[in-house]
Formats: sequence, structure tokens, C-alpha cells
Amino acid sequence: MTDAALLPLAVAIPLLGAPLLAVAGRVLPRAGCDALATGAAAADVVCLALLWSHLHGVAVARVGGWPARIGVVLAADRTGAGLALLAACLVLAVLGYSWRYFDEPSGERAGLFPAMVLTFQAGMVGFALTGDLFNAFVWFELMGAAGYALTGYRIEDPRPLQGALTFGIVNSLAAYCSLLGIGLLYARTGQLDLAAMGRSLAGHPTDLLTVTGFVLVVTAMLVKAAVVPFHFWLPDAHAVAPTPVCMLLSGAMVELGVYGVGRVYWTVFAGAGGVPHDAFRHTFTALGVLTALVGSVMCWQQRHIKRMLAYSTVGHVGLFVVGIALLTPDGAAGTAVYVAAHACAKAALFGLTGVLLDRYGSVDEHGLHGRGRELRLVGVLFVLGALALAGLPPFGTGLGKALGETAAGHAQPWLPAVYVLTSALTGGAVLRVALRVFWGAGAAPAQRPGEAEISGEGEEPEIRMPGRALPPMMLAVPAVLLGLCAVVGCLPAVGRAIAAGAGVYTDPAAYRAAVLGTAASPAPHVASAWTADGLLLGAVSAAAAAAAACLAVLRPFRLPCHRAVRRALTGLRRLHSGHLGDYVAWLTFGVAVLCAVMAAQT
Amino acid sequence: MGVWAYLAAGWILLVALYGLVTSRNLIHAIGCLAVAQSSTYVLLLTVGYRDHGTAPVFSDLRPGSRPVVDPVVQALALTDIVVGATVTALLLALTIQLRKRHGTVDPQALTALRG
Repeated sequence: MTDAALLPLAVAIPLLGAPLLAVAGRVLPRAGCDALATGAAAADVVCLALLWSHLHGVAVARVGGWPARIGVVLAADRTGAGLALLAACLVLAVLGYSWRYFDEPSGERAGLFPAMVLTFQAGMVGFALTGDLFNAFVWFELMGAAGYALTGYRIEDPRPLQGALTFGIVNSLAAYCSLLGIGLLYARTGQLDLAAMGRSLAGHPTDLLTVTGFVLVVTAMLVKAAVVPFHFWLPDAHAVAPTPVCMLLSGAMVELGVYGVGRVYWTVFAGAGGVPHDAFRHTFTALGVLTALVGSVMCWQQRHIKRMLAYSTVGHVGLFVVGIALLTPDGAAGTAVYVAAHACAKAALFGLTGVLLDRYGSVDEHGLHGRGRELRLVGVLFVLGALALAGLPPFGTGLGKALGETAAGHAQPWLPAVYVLTSALTGGAVLRVALRVFWGAGAAPAQRPGEAEISGEGEEPEIRMPGRALPPMMLAVPAVLLGLCAVVGCLPAVGRAIAAGAGVYTDPAAYRAAVLGTAASPAPHVASAWTADGLLLGAVSAAAAAAAACLAVLRPFRLPCHRAVRRALTGLRRLHSGHLGDYVAWLTFGVAVLCAVMAAQT
Repeated sequence: MGVWAYLAAGWILLVALYGLVTSRNLIHAIGCLAVAQSSTYVLLLTVGYRDHGTAPVFSDLRPGSRPVVDPVVQALALTDIVVGATVTALLLALTIQLRKRHGTVDPQALTALRG
């Protein structure tokens, strides 16, 4: 089968599977539903794996047979197809994980959860593979609507509803901003196709309209990517969403936002008449560093384990944004490897947290102190996940971090420190949880009354049978995911393939050539292997994570400036107020500042 | 129509943002979201407007005989309406459920998630 036929098929399989399941779920028994859903997800993984492994340049499919200047095109390079493949793999893992996770009485709703997951997947795959800006908006909203519904899936509990509403309103508002930007760009260029838009933008000078259009279009993607100050919805949604949904949100959807920013910038704005490279580089490096710092500091302070993992995603997204903002193939390659490995590690950690929730009905680090002693295997996997998050070689996260650090070090010598700090803090926080929960290390933490924080006790268990044995899939899936994370780092062929894709991703000429049929240039060579520096920095951040976790658990001494640090951190926590109005105000503020900063630099 | 229609679209967006920031009722907030969406309709239709143009329906119109407005933005606005209706319906359904379980629709009374 040709690439051009595989492209629409990859979107069609989940899109057709979802209604099929919703209808068949009414008559099929539970096992039949699960088999059907897993079959559809597996078929899509095979389809995307074929596409990804065949692909060398950019594959283009003209949907409905219309030429690119009129119709909608699907266009995939290796990065887009790889991200779609990652989403498909995670969906397969999630469906396997939730075989016995939601033990609901089968009935009219039996096929609904997998059907929504498949709809979500269709949105993600479509967004990754589309070559049309308006089409991207539609996929984005499909992904969003399925995401809001999945977040609020447990409608018996008030908190998921609140998280889903915040998620829905903030993301939809950002999507409408994006649509305004698309309207402005259409007014300027008369095109919606990314490649054609970029070509036609070159005929105009850069002015306020271009900059405003750019900022508005990327607003939705920055919100999806949870870049500070657009990140507030993410911890709320992750803390309340069912665990399998968290695996998808953190592993694939958030990263799609970063991918979208890079895709739009390279295909539309990188050339003449767009946004100057320096303006993009400076602004987005600053945003990325800010996101990484805020995310990792907030992550360190959490005791609600799901919320901690959510903030760790914010921290890592900051690093991804820095990697994309370098505007070099090496930076993009590092980010691509990092994203692939991070998705596996983070999904595995969420899966293991789901085991805690299943066993004890709580995800509170303090309340679970020492209670996980009987779950030794879960504890060992949890520690491995934490070390992967901290960037320990030979995990793929370590390789991605090393590649990113090398690329970032060429631009700014201090940037690798941000990578090390973020991975040490986020990995250290998870390691701290593992030590306390699974080994009962240190004294039980004292209660701190009057502090605004979410404990994670008294969570609604996601199943209704407390006495049952642990479903084997709930351990097998995280173990396989951690194995995949190691494979990304250990097999040089995987790293090479991902890195080669980044060369095409950062080459607007190749994209334009494939979509519009003009001449292409050869792809550059991109580094993709371990270096001595990378191994060393990975070991350093893992050691720092271990040291931080041990210090936090054992508390051998108090920091001299304890009070001042605590006051500053409390201020940062107060900003995360949980109020919808505050989040919208931050969104507005962020868009305004971004517009002003970008306009000042052009 | 000139610049005024663009300014109107921007004004509608700002009004919606103000409403969302200060809202004390989730149904009102979702209404504000719909207002924000209306600004996109105004902008899109303004972009496609042609002076003295007519609707791009060629059943009784000889192609090229008179100017027509841009059909692409109309298709975009239509898709936008469909997307918006779905999202609004979903959010309102969540609000109804929240009212049932939590007894309030005031976003400031929802303090379960912070820090």
C-alpha cells in the first residue's frame, strides 16, 4: 500500500471504530467490546508503523482528489507520523490497561469509554497528519471535545466535572483565538494550506497583522501544550481525570501542542514575510525556561501524586519548547526523542499510580506512607519510572535530554543547567513518593493545616470491587511502556530514525516541495547518539534526583533560608487558585504580552 | 465595510473575555464562551465580504457576471458553528451534572482544586 493511501486510513480507522463501538457496545458482551476496541487500536498502530517506517520525505494525500490549492491535504513527515504513531501506541496501551479497570456493569454504556478514546485518538492523529491550518483547528477541537468528555467521565464525583469544565472553557476559548488568527492569515494570504500560506506570505512585508495572526494561531497550541502562563488547566484536569485518560493527556496530547507550534512556525512563518527567527527563538526560549522552572518547582511541592505527575509534564514541556525554539534540526531531534521516551515513562508512572488508587482509594503521598510495602513489584517499577524521568541513561529520556542539552548548549551555555534542574526536581519528587509509599522511608510527614493544597485522600475509586485481585494488565502495561522507554535509548536505529525525521521537520523547503510540487533540498545530517557529556549529565541529574529525594525524606537538616523559600513557594501556589476567571485572565495576559513582545522584536 | 467590522470582532472578543473573567455563574460563563465564538463569525464573514457582492450560489447566476462573496469563509463559519454547538452542549451538560452533585454553579464556590 502506498503512503498516500495509508495517510487517510490512519485517520479513518479510529474515526470509524468509535461509532461502531458505541453501537456494538449495546449488544456485545464486555469482552467483545474490549476485543473490538483493541483490534481497532492495533490496526491503527500497524498502519502508522508502516507509514512511519516507509517515510523518508513528506507523504501527501489529497483528500477527495482536489489539488492542494483548493482542497484539504494530509501531509506527514516522519515527525508528524511518529507523533501519530506514539499516540496510537499509547491508545493501545490505555485500552489494554483499562480492560478490567472500569468494571462497570455492561449495558448501554459498555462501549462508550473505548469509543471516546478512539475519537480522541482520531483527533490526535488527524492533527498530527493534517497539512491545512483550518483542518488542524477542526481536529484540535475534536481532540478537545473528546478530552473534556473523558476528563469528566466519572460524573458521580464533583471534582472531575470542575476539572473538565475548566479544561473545556479555557481550551475552547484558546481555540477560538486560534480561529481568529486563521481568519487574519486567510485575509492576508487567501490560503489555508500550510505550505501555500507560507509561500504566499513571502510576498508581503512583516507587519502587525502577521505577528498578531501568528500569536493568535499559536495560542491554542500553547494552551494545549500547557506553557506558562497558559498551563493552569492541566494540573486540574490531570488530577481529576481517570488514570487511563491521564496517560493519554500527558503522553501525547500535550506534546501535540508543542509539535503544532513548531509545524506552524516552520511551514508558514519561517521564511520572508513571516516572524524573524531571532524573535521566535528568544521569545520561545524564555517561555520554555519559565515553563520548565515553574513546572518543576510546583511538581516538587505536590503530595497528590497525579497532580505531581501533571506538573512534571509541565516542566518537561518547557524543555520541549526550548528544544523547538532553538530552530535547529539538532534541537528538534533531541525534543522528538525526548517526547517519545517521556510519553512512555509518564504513561507508565500514571498507570502505576492507578494501581495505588485501585488498591487504597487514595493517591496521597502522605496518607499512603508505608502502605505500599506489599506491592514490591509496583514499587520497583515506580523507581525505574522516576529514574527514567530524571534522565538516567540508558533510558530514552536520558538520550533525548542529552541531545537537547548538546543542541541548547550551542545556543546558550547555561541552558543545559535548566535541563538538569528540571529532570532532577521532577524525577526527585517521584522518587520521594516511591521511597515514602513503597518503602515507608523517613518519618510520616507532619500535617500542615491551613495550607492550600490538594491531599489526594478520599479519591473516588475508579472500580467498584475493592476485594478483587490486581488485574495483570495493570502491571504488564506499565512494564512494557518502561521497556519501550529503554528501547528508544538503547537501539541506535530508533534514535537515528527519529532524528532523521527532525531534519525534514525543520526544513520548510522540503515540506513545500512535497505539498506544492517544487524542488526540494537534501536533508541535513542530525546527531542521534549518546555522547560522553550526555551520559555524564544524565547520571548527574539522576544522582541529584536521588539526593533530593533522600534529603526530603530523611530531613537530616533544615535549609538556612527555609522561611523565605517557603513564603515564595506559597505565593507561587496561590496563583494556582482553581478559579476559572483567574485562568482566563492569565490567558488574556499571556496573549497580550506575547503579541507585544513579538511585535517589539520585528 | 472597512476597518469597523474588524474592530467590532475585536470588541466582541474583549467583551466575552471580560465576562468570562468576572463571571459568577457557569452558565453565564459558557454563554460568554459562545460570545467569544461569535467574534470569530464576524471576523470570518468580514474577511470574505466583497462590496456589492452576492451569495456564491451559481444556480441562477452566470459565473463572472457579478462579484460574489468568498464561499470559503462561509464554509469555515459553518464548520465553526458545528464545532461550537458541540462544545457548548457538552459544557452545559457538565454544568447540569455539577449543579446536581455540588449544588452550585458559581465558579468561585468551587474550591476543590487549587495549589
